[in-house]
Amino acid sequence: MPRLVSHPDEVKIVTRRFGKGAAKIDKYIELGGYAAAKKCLEQGPEWIINEMKASGLRGRGGAGFPTGMKWSFVPKQSAKPKYVLVNGDESEPGTCKDHLIFLHDPHAVIEGTIIAGLAIGAKMGFIYLRGEYRYLLEIMERAVADAYAKGFLGKNIFGSETEFQVITQTGAGAYEVGEESALMESLEGKRGVPRIKPPFPAVVGLYGGPTVINNAETIATVPHVIAMGGAAFAEVGSPRNGGTRLFGISGHVERPGVYELPMGYNLKKMIYDVAGGIRGGRGLKAVVPGGSSTPVLLPDEIDIGMDFDQVGKAGSMLGSGGVVVIDDQTCIVEFALRTISFYQHESCGWCIPCREGTDWLKKSLTRFHAGFGETKDIDNIQYLAENMMGRTFCPLGDAAAMPILGFVKKFRKEFEEHLGGKACPFAKHVDLAVV
Amino acid sequence: MGRGVDAMNEERMTIFSPKLAARLDALTQKYPLKRSALVPMLLYAQDEVGYLSDAVIIEVAERIGITELDVRNVATYYSMLRFKPAGRFNVQVCTNISCMLRGGYEIYERFQEELGVGHKGVTADGVFSLEEVECIGACCWAPAIQVNYDFHDELTPERVPEILASYRGGERTHA
Repeated sequence: MPRLVSHPDEVKIVTRRFGKGAAKIDKYIELGGYAAAKKCLEQGPEWIINEMKASGLRGRGGAGFPTGMKWSFVPKQSAKPKYVLVNGDESEPGTCKDHLIFLHDPHAVIEGTIIAGLAIGAKMGFIYLRGEYRYLLEIMERAVADAYAKGFLGKNIFGSETEFQVITQTGAGAYEVGEESALMESLEGKRGVPRIKPPFPAVVGLYGGPTVINNAETIATVPHVIAMGGAAFAEVGSPRNGGTRLFGISGHVERPGVYELPMGYNLKKMIYDVAGGIRGGRGLKAVVPGGSSTPVLLPDEIDIGMDFDQVGKAGSMLGSGGVVVIDDQTCIVEFALRTISFYQHESCGWCIPCREGTDWLKKSLTRFHAGFGETKDIDNIQYLAENMMGRTFCPLGDAAAMPILGFVKKFRKEFEEHLGGKACPFAKHVDLAVV
Repeated sequence: MGRGVDAMNEERMTIFSPKLAARLDALTQKYPLKRSALVPMLLYAQDEVGYLSDAVIIEVAERIGITELDVRNVATYYSMLRFKPAGRFNVQVCTNISCMLRGGYEIYERFQEELGVGHKGVTADGVFSLEEVECIGACCWAPAIQVNYDFHDELTPERVPEILASYRGGERTHA
């Protein structure tokens, strides 16, 4: 069972029911659950969307798109049914926050889905979990069945004339399916290859109908936004970055874990105070601030607020909020190699720059780390990565290229130290590099 | 996979247990389009049969109403779906970045030693198989593994034998 952690600086909004047995519907109701959905049913779509816009809530999957605005793009009239699709295909290395949400607060996901459905006029919502999360899918399925039994889902939700159905779905192992158009393909029973945009899902989405796709954390946050009011939620965060975020701190820290902190919380403080600093009193070498696809930050670049805008200004991305901390005993070339091996494995092969680029980067880095690199390889790695950027249907190509560019630019010296047939100064896993 | 007369649906011959067959019947009713049941159906069938055999693919194609080729085309995309038997307990060791930083490779090496097999290898008695896998969403509790669908986290190489023993001894059962 994943360990829950706590720190005095946390502001527990989304995690306030964690560890309290709220997976049981009666407990969830006792702790204030489903009141937000009832309120939304009374207030109507326009009011909901205004509250969401006022909250400053931005997508927790990684892109940070304002949720209220996303919902407002869905046409009011549609010949085809509209859908809500919850993205619980959590697969970005460094990210495990949705894991805890499904485990401790599945009804918050259901309630958020109902509210999203009311906002856009959908009668059906899907909750998609990655295939590896089978025990969490079972928890979600039980929660959905309980919500039906109480009349919170079905033909007449909360005794009203409004219908809302929820369907759970399992994936079967594919990072790419976390991309919204690939997610829809997968849910339609196909290979998870991306669709070209436009049309955007808000206009032509699942089964061709207008669809809102939100990350599981975003959806689980929605009932809290309604309960406390959009403006009060916005107050908690930093400008244009409403509320809190579930930051997953992993790697070489003393106290790894998922901590709920206000948006804009200082990254340095997050590592040294909240997570207890670097393990074993070692030095800090680098920080990957928002999941494996986000460019690395150096120790002198981490005195920044963790919100979408400030991390962007520092040359990286807030991404999924998965902070990976790397100590000074780690080989960055090996870290880069492990990162690209992942993207090479996960590239769906649909777009050539991504399929070929990830494979060549993996080959180059494997050779480089094994001590067979040449000086020109460093520039070539950079050239390959640069030529993947912006040349693919979906962001996986960028997600693979961005971190590699960061490693090469910021740790060029460490790449050079691998030259001339020298063994990696940190080498432990050279022979395991060919994953 | 008892294929006795009792296990057969009146309208359909099935290779699955009555329980799974009923579950798959329900799955095809669940979605606005039947085809949405395809990926879950393959995974649930694999859970029971052990892998996607020709017979599984034929029956799933028939249940969804698409060709076998179409089923294979989809199935080959997903990394959890397999076309050869794995061990009864499939040990999946994450070595992605967060696990790697906290000793994921040491865990993987220890499993290789204990089981005497490498990536995607199956032990001679068919009890265990081993796989090096990508991120399983347990980064803050690294290093982590899954045995079938069970998570084990905050591991040390020393704990590897006791985890294997708990499955071998039958304390834990197949998912």
